[in-house]
Amino acid sequence: MDVLEKLTILTDAAKYDAACTSSGSRRSFRKGHIGNTTSSVAGCCHSFSADGRCVTLLKVLLTNCCVYDCKYCVNRRSNDTRRAAFTPEELAELTIGFYRRNYIEGLFLSSGVLRSPDYTTELMIRALTILRTTYCFNGYIHAKTIPGTSPELVTALGLLADRLSVNIELPSEAGLKTLAPDKTKAAILAPMGQIRQQWTANRQELVKYRHAPKFAPAGQSTQLIVGATQDTDLHILSLTQGLYDRYQLKRVFFSAYVPVVEHALLPSRDTKPPLLREHRLYQADWLLRFYGFRAEELLDERNPDFNPLVDPKCSWALAHLDFFPVEVNSADLETLLRVPGIGPTSARRILVARRVGSLGHDDLKKLGVVMKRAQYFITCRGKVADGLRFTPDSVLRGLIAAERPSLPQPEMEQLSLFTPAFGA
Amino acid sequence: MTDLVYLYDGSFDGLLCCVFDSYTKKEVLTAIYSDEDFAPSLFATRTVVTDTAHARRVYRSLVRISPTVGPFLRRCHLTCLEEKELYMYRFVRKLYRLGPPLLRSLTDETYLPLLRAVRHLEHEVELLRGFVRFSELSGVLGGEIEPKNRVLPLLRSHFCSRYQNERLFLYDRTHREALFYADGRSEILPLEHFQMAGPDETEARYRTLWKRFYDTIAIRERENPRLRMTHMPKRYWNTMTEFQGPAYFRAQSSPADVRSPGAPGGTPGLGTPPAPLPPAPGSAPYKSAGES
Ligand code: SF4
Repeated sequence: MDVLEKLTILTDAAKYDAACTSSGSRRSFRKGHIGNTTSSVAGCCHSFSADGRCVTLLKVLLTNCCVYDCKYCVNRRSNDTRRAAFTPEELAELTIGFYRRNYIEGLFLSSGVLRSPDYTTELMIRALTILRTTYCFNGYIHAKTIPGTSPELVTALGLLADRLSVNIELPSEAGLKTLAPDKTKAAILAPMGQIRQQWTANRQELVKYRHAPKFAPAGQSTQLIVGATQDTDLHILSLTQGLYDRYQLKRVFFSAYVPVVEHALLPSRDTKPPLLREHRLYQADWLLRFYGFRAEELLDERNPDFNPLVDPKCSWALAHLDFFPVEVNSADLETLLRVPGIGPTSARRILVARRVGSLGHDDLKKLGVVMKRAQYFITCRGKVADGLRFTPDSVLRGLIAAERPSLPQPEMEQLSLFTPAFGA
Repeated sequence: MTDLVYLYDGSFDGLLCCVFDSYTKKEVLTAIYSDEDFAPSLFATRTVVTDTAHARRVYRSLVRISPTVGPFLRRCHLTCLEEKELYMYRFVRKLYRLGPPLLRSLTDETYLPLLRAVRHLEHEVELLRGFVRFSELSGVLGGEIEPKNRVLPLLRSHFCSRYQNERLFLYDRTHREALFYADGRSEILPLEHFQMAGPDETEARYRTLWKRFYDTIAIRERENPRLRMTHMPKRYWNTMTEFQGPAYFRAQSSPADVRSPGAPGGTPGLGTPPAPLPPAPGSAPYKSAGES
């Protein structure tokens, strides 16, 4: 089989993994090497695929052969699909060829389980070693750790990669038991714990010895599948928060489940991927990471799922009207960040600009505040915007309308179908 | 007061000299044009001679107000803001008058248009770091872009350090200039015309592999052309491998048909890009990435 054909099969099998960022590792050039990861710090998109997702890394599997039988996965043993495997040499050469042409920021290497987790990981290590030593590749590498891999091999992998990930995939143990019978929660969490520990130790070592070998300098991430099981948003978001807190994960990715098989325990094949739900979870994840929100502020047992009509921040604001209005000229950063329509950038600009003179509503627009959202929740010098009258109902309608153009498409149409009836 | 138009050579130093002259001659300007885009006007016109000593004096006086002003103005000068010279001139006058507080007045009518223009420039630079596509032509990496802003000076250190062991060039079709890099030295030079040579077997193969990867990585059930367009406006597609027609992926059996104009003599070696020229005297050689 030639490389073009392998690439097709092994890309197709890897495309459901959501992680394609290259952020969090700053390594400038090294003499005699090719590449740096300085642009990767902010996460550099090299293209956008037809589904609107960022293409940063050459995202492929080493092989889609797998001895496991996870029910939700196209690569499971029992699925009748074409199989292929790159040789480590082919993969390294392909990566360099793409990197030199600036197609990619680096490699995202994952794999089905060929023979055993250790055997597969050894192959991955071979490919990455060729890349790092023979080709002197100094760009970004994200490697997937397969549950059940021996700790020594995880270490070796971490010394070659910028980021490691262990995918949890199913948000609850019950889901794992029924849908991924070969995996256990313990087998997933073991490498995660190991990576966290080694990463922290390595940080301290690097302070002492600047040239100590780096272990996964960009930390670790994971992915959760949304919509394959019955888990609520509350469950998923709490899990996410726990992962940030306990395992110091850099990112948790969400992947709307695309039905690839007919199975009694899974949504039927004609189910649409829950894109809006995935979108809401990413919005909430953003609130956890950059806005100082906690999961329990956004959802609780009585409201365990996000409101499809408005984003989580607006939803929080509507439930906490007593917190508002916020006076833009005196509120602190934390408070400003709670206002829908004000993000970290515009909040910081507000802090700078108001030192020179007090700000009016027109100024806020110039600073990048989204007034369509913010107007209901702020005052400038004690006043709301001229001519603005509203009731809780009209606020809700206004917020829904303001968000509509930026929603994932298919669901947007569904929404516009039932919005007019809303509030009636 | 009469309306007065200054004409300068289009360089950053030249623009600083406009500031210098307007102060020493006590003239207030209504327009500043570079030679290129100058259209005859009814107004009195004076041609400003670029004097590096004058430029340096102005620059130092500005940096004394705040060290960020220098780099900021350099960036302003790279933007595609219409009449950027006049905006910059007015901004400088105001800055002399008000001092550092102007730099915090993020909504100021003179400052804001420049801030926006620079954000636009920086955003374009960020996009192009990813969207630039190189082809390997006889051992040299070559690419072309069509940016709105003059991005090459800001892309320079990124690509030169990423591909430090390569020889490369990047042609800006809009502003007709090219970045050349080889052996630790880089140079940005004007280049009127340039035509990329066709691909050889290996190059054509990599283009095909990339296109296949690009087409395969999308999830059909999630297709969303509008979202893609938001992130990656159509005007960039023209120079990106994945959006080219079938001919782009076919190896050219005789690269000799493809001239590369712009090189002296008109007919350089087969399919080779124009050779990087030695740095002109006085121009800064490329700093190693370690310093930048
Ligand atoms: S182990 Fe990975 S590749 Fe194999 S079936 Fe499970 S999810 Fe798919």
